Amino acid sequence: MTTTLEELDGATPAAPARRRRKDRGVDPIPWWLTTLGVIVALYFILPTLVVIPLSFSADQSFQFPPTEFSLRWYQNFFTNPVWLGSLGNSLLVAALAALLATVVGTAAAVGLSRLTGRLAGFARTLLMISMVTPAIVVAVAIYITFLQWHLTGSLGGYVLAHAAIGVPFVLVSVTSALGGFDPKLLRASASLGASPLRSFIRVTMPLISRGILSGAIFAFVTSFDEVVIALFLRSPTFQTLPVQMYNSVTFELDPTISASSSLVVVVVTAIFLVPQIVGNRKKTR
Amino acid sequence: MTISSTLAPADPQTKQGTQIQLTDVTKDYGLAIPAVENISLTIEPGEFMTLLGPSGSGKTTTLNLIAGFETLTAGTISLNGADVGNLPPHKRNLGMLFQNYALFPHMTVAQNVAYPLRERKVAKAEIARRVAEVLELVQLPGRDDNYPSQLSGGQQQRVALARAIVFNPKALLLDEPLGALDRNLRGALQAEIRRIHREVGSTFVFVTHDQEEAMNLSDRIALFNSGHIEQVGSPEELYRAPETLFTAKFLGDSNVFDLADASFDTQVGWEGETWSIDPATVSAHPGVLSRSAVVVRPEDVGIVHDRASVPPGANSISATVRDLEYMGSHRIALLALGQSGQAGRARIDALDSTLALGDEVLAWWKPQRQRIVAA
Amino acid sequence: MTMTSRTRRTPAPSWLLLVPALGLLAAILLVPLGQSLLRSVGSPDFTLDHYAGLFTDGVTLTVLGRTAQTAVIVTIVTFLLGYPYAYLMTRVGPRMRGVLLTIVLIPFWTSVMARNFAWIILLQRGGPVQSVFEFFGAGNVVFYGSAVGVTVAMCQVLLPFMVLPLYSSLGSIDRKLLLAARGLGSSPLVAFWKIYWPLSRGGVVSGLILVFTLSLGFYVTPALLGSPQQSLIAQLLAQRTTQLLDFAGAGALGMLVLVVTLALVAWANRVGGSISAIGAVAVTPTKDNS
Repeated sequence: MTTTLEELDGATPAAPARRRRKDRGVDPIPWWLTTLGVIVALYFILPTLVVIPLSFSADQSFQFPPTEFSLRWYQNFFTNPVWLGSLGNSLLVAALAALLATVVGTAAAVGLSRLTGRLAGFARTLLMISMVTPAIVVAVAIYITFLQWHLTGSLGGYVLAHAAIGVPFVLVSVTSALGGFDPKLLRASASLGASPLRSFIRVTMPLISRGILSGAIFAFVTSFDEVVIALFLRSPTFQTLPVQMYNSVTFELDPTISASSSLVVVVVTAIFLVPQIVGNRKKTR
Repeated sequence: MTISSTLAPADPQTKQGTQIQLTDVTKDYGLAIPAVENISLTIEPGEFMTLLGPSGSGKTTTLNLIAGFETLTAGTISLNGADVGNLPPHKRNLGMLFQNYALFPHMTVAQNVAYPLRERKVAKAEIARRVAEVLELVQLPGRDDNYPSQLSGGQQQRVALARAIVFNPKALLLDEPLGALDRNLRGALQAEIRRIHREVGSTFVFVTHDQEEAMNLSDRIALFNSGHIEQVGSPEELYRAPETLFTAKFLGDSNVFDLADASFDTQVGWEGETWSIDPATVSAHPGVLSRSAVVVRPEDVGIVHDRASVPPGANSISATVRDLEYMGSHRIALLALGQSGQAGRARIDALDSTLALGDEVLAWWKPQRQRIVAA
Repeated sequence: MTMTSRTRRTPAPSWLLLVPALGLLAAILLVPLGQSLLRSVGSPDFTLDHYAGLFTDGVTLTVLGRTAQTAVIVTIVTFLLGYPYAYLMTRVGPRMRGVLLTIVLIPFWTSVMARNFAWIILLQRGGPVQSVFEFFGAGNVVFYGSAVGVTVAMCQVLLPFMVLPLYSSLGSIDRKLLLAARGLGSSPLVAFWKIYWPLSRGGVVSGLILVFTLSLGFYVTPALLGSPQQSLIAQLLAQRTTQLLDFAGAGALGMLVLVVTLALVAWANRVGGSISAIGAVAVTPTKDNS
């Protein structure tokens, strides 16, 4: 997400490429650093890439590298009701959880941006708490409580749980967008006759829409890929895709998981890269 | 305020501009010292009033109180006699300019300027007409579809100006609008603002810390010092007849001679010299704690090489030439005055070659040109 | 809307905006965790037996020790790999930096199941890793089902959590300081040790704590790639809950892990201002924590 890049990449200068090359001449990067960097980079991405060739294997096993090729696992993924059902569930849960997390999280971000003091800081920490709590502890606790509330194995339970862990991402994303927001704009809007609500709608919202969208996408993907809580909340009638994938390497060895993994890898990478490329194109225009 | 007689119907109440009255205005943030304390000021309809002062003097706070961005701790603010109380800013109908322009980055120039008209539910055709007219006024026609990021700083501020006057506000508040611009541009835009003020005729309240800018633009200046108004008057009044040392030093350069004893009549002594005093030049507000100062502007100081050349009746003091600064149109001689050698300045002709570094000279001035101020 | 009093116009509505979020989190996180806590102390009675049980059942301590050991190894390895990578990111031009950053972030966004599956493929008996070792004559090396396999996979998954806080902190160090030190006569090594390293400590602490705490709570990777004899704490917790149905004991164990985690994070927050770094990392989901 360009938001992420811009957030972290505070050191990006607007200087033209020419100046950069001169800088590097004065203080070159040592060869061992570059080598190490390349090794680590490969370590980051190579392992995950093996799922893609495997998904085209004709074999029933997970043997790698594949010897024969076929599309049967993709076929199975899109025709088998168990896989399709879990995919549908994941998409539905993710969409609803993202919606809930975005609405609730955006409101919280806007509210927090106007508040100062210890209590506000405390509220912010509270909202971010699911980022630092070990998911297994949270999953177990939610599972037991949801048993009492009859929310296990239900769409509602999944949506609520995933929304709760999605909120911090929305909060951070929208807060970041608000950080780059010039408060004088709201004063200008007020001086021009717009009530606070109108100012929010006409000025604040459009300018933070990118942050809101980012947050929503973060929340969506978080829910879509979430495994631990999903494992605990599952029921025979309601499973999400990651749970189905988990089953296919534990209970039943089902190579469809390779097709599923490849699809997820490619799609998510695309979701991630496309805004970047589009964003870069916009910048050079 | 009317942009022109052909523009939207002029509000009869604002035809001649709005009077802004501040009475005993105080704003306290709960810190040791209030930001502004007991400010009373009447800004006349159609006047160009500048709130001038150093950082933290309270001028911006006062502007924000008029705009409604801050709430009053005490006192009242009235527009044409009507108390605005704690009316929220979006109901006060006051245009505002900001140092960083505050143009909406996601809207085009035309959309920015149309913004206040849309809020007031003006008809689309009318909006288009008024936007075009006001952009013409600020000399930016044909930029309608540009985004603020595509414009220079000066252009952006002009768009902001257009946006702030298009809805015929009661008055225009300007918060150091030229601070972000470079020198040449600032001069050009100062002229623009003066011109628009003349054409539009409404009340302008301008905040700046730049005294040259203030003197250049204003009908009157209110000089702020630590939350109080030090002096109000026309630029000439403040420059020629400062009442306090603060005012004398803030506007223009001065030679300052602190006086230990305040009991003077027609004469005062300073480091062995005796100077005559013209009673007309004594500030109306003498020092409360018996501290006063004699203030002489550099352009009122002449330099001669011997006592005989000092004109009769003039006050004088011995000096050594420390440095000569070339300013193009004139020169400034930096002097060490009297026995203590305190710093002083005199303005001399650019072509004058009679002075050299290290010269022992006499600085003189006429008693009518000096001021005795409270220190 | 007219104001009647002369008070500061503090927006009370701002707190209202927080209510839905706080409500959601209270219901879904605080209540379950609270109930878990209550259960662990034997509510409605009060007893510390469940906690005491943890230390006496002969299993928990072993598993805790193993988990901590794994976490330490993972933390060290990711640090050794991550610090140079983050440093490299600060040295390259903006375009390359974007590429390197994307390489770090994409693993986040890839499904945790997909990533663990990839490691299963690589580490399985007969898989590529074993083939490589065979090539070098070390024959029968299978990392699937071993602690080493789990560690290697965890390192790859957690490496971004080390790199991002590091990058965030290293990026703000002015490199001219190093050049100035060299100009004043220090060797590159001394300049690094005396100037760069101390300035990077904040990010280092953030990264170390973050990776360590995430490692402690890891479930999927050890569950899929490890052997049951080598369970880590997360698996123990799951087992307690779903198989033994020992909710109270699970609660106690969970609380223990939670408290340790929160304490470490709070300490890191004070030492290295890491909440902001965690925030920077936080725009990417804590994938394998789930």
